[in-house]
Amino acid sequence: MAEVELAGRPAPAASAEPLLKVEGLEGWYSESHILHGVSFDVREGEVVTLLGRNGAGKTTTLKAVMGILAKRSGSVMFEGRETIRLPARAIARLGIALCPEERAIFSSLSVEENLMLPPQVRPGGLTVEQIFELFPNIKERLSSQGTKLSGGEQQMLAIGRILRTGAKLLLLDEPTEGLAPVIVQQIGRTIARLKQQGFTIVLVEQNFHFAAVVADRHYVVEQGRVIDTIPNEDLAANTEKLHRYLGV
Amino acid sequence: MFELLGIPPQALFGQLLLGLINGSFYALLSLGLAIIFGLLNIINFTHGAQYMMGAFVAWMLLNYAGVPYWGALFLVPVIVGATGVVLERVFISRLYHLDHLYGLLLTFGLALIITGIFRNQYGISGLPYAMPKQLTGGQNLGFMFLPNYRGWVVVVSVVVCLATWFVIEKTRLGAYLRAATENPTMVGAFGINVPRLITLTYGFGVGLAAFAGVLAAPIYSVNPNMGADVIIVVFAVVVIGGMGSILGSILTGFGLGLVEGLTRVFYPEGSAVVIFVIMAIVLLVKPAGLFGREV
Repeated sequence: MAEVELAGRPAPAASAEPLLKVEGLEGWYSESHILHGVSFDVREGEVVTLLGRNGAGKTTTLKAVMGILAKRSGSVMFEGRETIRLPARAIARLGIALCPEERAIFSSLSVEENLMLPPQVRPGGLTVEQIFELFPNIKERLSSQGTKLSGGEQQMLAIGRILRTGAKLLLLDEPTEGLAPVIVQQIGRTIARLKQQGFTIVLVEQNFHFAAVVADRHYVVEQGRVIDTIPNEDLAANTEKLHRYLGV
Repeated sequence: MFELLGIPPQALFGQLLLGLINGSFYALLSLGLAIIFGLLNIINFTHGAQYMMGAFVAWMLLNYAGVPYWGALFLVPVIVGATGVVLERVFISRLYHLDHLYGLLLTFGLALIITGIFRNQYGISGLPYAMPKQLTGGQNLGFMFLPNYRGWVVVVSVVVCLATWFVIEKTRLGAYLRAATENPTMVGAFGINVPRLITLTYGFGVGLAAFAGVLAAPIYSVNPNMGADVIIVVFAVVVIGGMGSILGSILTGFGLGLVEGLTRVFYPEGSAVVIFVIMAIVLLVKPAGLFGREV
């Protein structure tokens, strides 16, 4: 597990009360029941991943936490506040931000407009200069149409724009999907830096090795439930089991 | 004096001016329709009735409350826009998850009801609305006579259209609007109140129609049918320009007004149908409209 050492993670800033506590979360897409009681929690400053096969309900879990699923029930506590009845815009205002799988870069907006679109919800977000430092490519393309960027640049823009807002909890849905190895590394370094800066991150990831480098803990999702929890230290010992879960 | 293809210049420029005036109304109305369609996905058939309401509310303010034209120019869009906000909250907002057709039926029905109420109350002969005296008279430009009020209508329409375009394309508020047009869910997930944005956008689009109504009041008589007459042409303009395209609807509005004017000079019989002929050709060649994005 040399990769884990490479990341040089500081010990998780564990606090007693989890920042995000999800219990018995159920979720539906129109008539189909996708989530059947997802439970997990994330302490402040942690990076956790949701691992699982396609269709297990990982993306749906992130959407349900964000509040953009049409129908959901159960409990999602953020900083001790129940958010299950709040609309997405109110949840965003509490300090949760989503970087969706499809990136959702707006084609009718320039790169700069995309970057500046999410309003600041809390103090303490990154400045635009700090974001340019993380993603220098974006700075050079500010006046381009958002969707004219390469896939990797769009991903950076999608992450960059939610760092400005002051959100404490970032939900990143497959940020490395379909990207070149060098870009995957850059995004890995970014996540490590964000963790150092105190961001709390829930990561949905298919790239198991990527997840192993950046995360503190892994939740295995299957058929709309969390069926196992694996601390990153125990990952090596559980490789066999995990491969069985993921069907690789 | 010179003549062009046997047409005296007075007649040519007179018709071009008339075309430009009509184009001003097409542009203002189709701009509002395009904004509303872009964000709400509703084809607002009430638009013509709301334009007519603009003219009537201006007339009422003058005759019942003594508010002159200049006051009406600001007050009427606010008043009629507010009725639009109520309509959106009470009726239209319930249809967003349904097919386009329901929005069309609802707004068409509302248009019939509103027009019916005004027809019942004020008859169909039309009410006169005096031109503001600052804008009476005209300028002799040598090749033609330009009535001041008509010049004013063209200038103020261009200014309002460009200002609207600027707000939508160049400001933060406009970026919210464009983003919400593309992906309202994601914009909501950033903490922006999309339902309120939608309500205010509808109110603004309706306000634009009412503004056009005030501008029209001194030119055309204030008549319950004035909206129904113009709205069909405006829908053709929106289709030609491309549904939801802001700049497209402005340029197409003015352009088609001019084309209509020219047709009236060279082939008067064709002037009533020329826009629909162009619409048919555009739909055949470029189904998304001249400025629309292909989907």
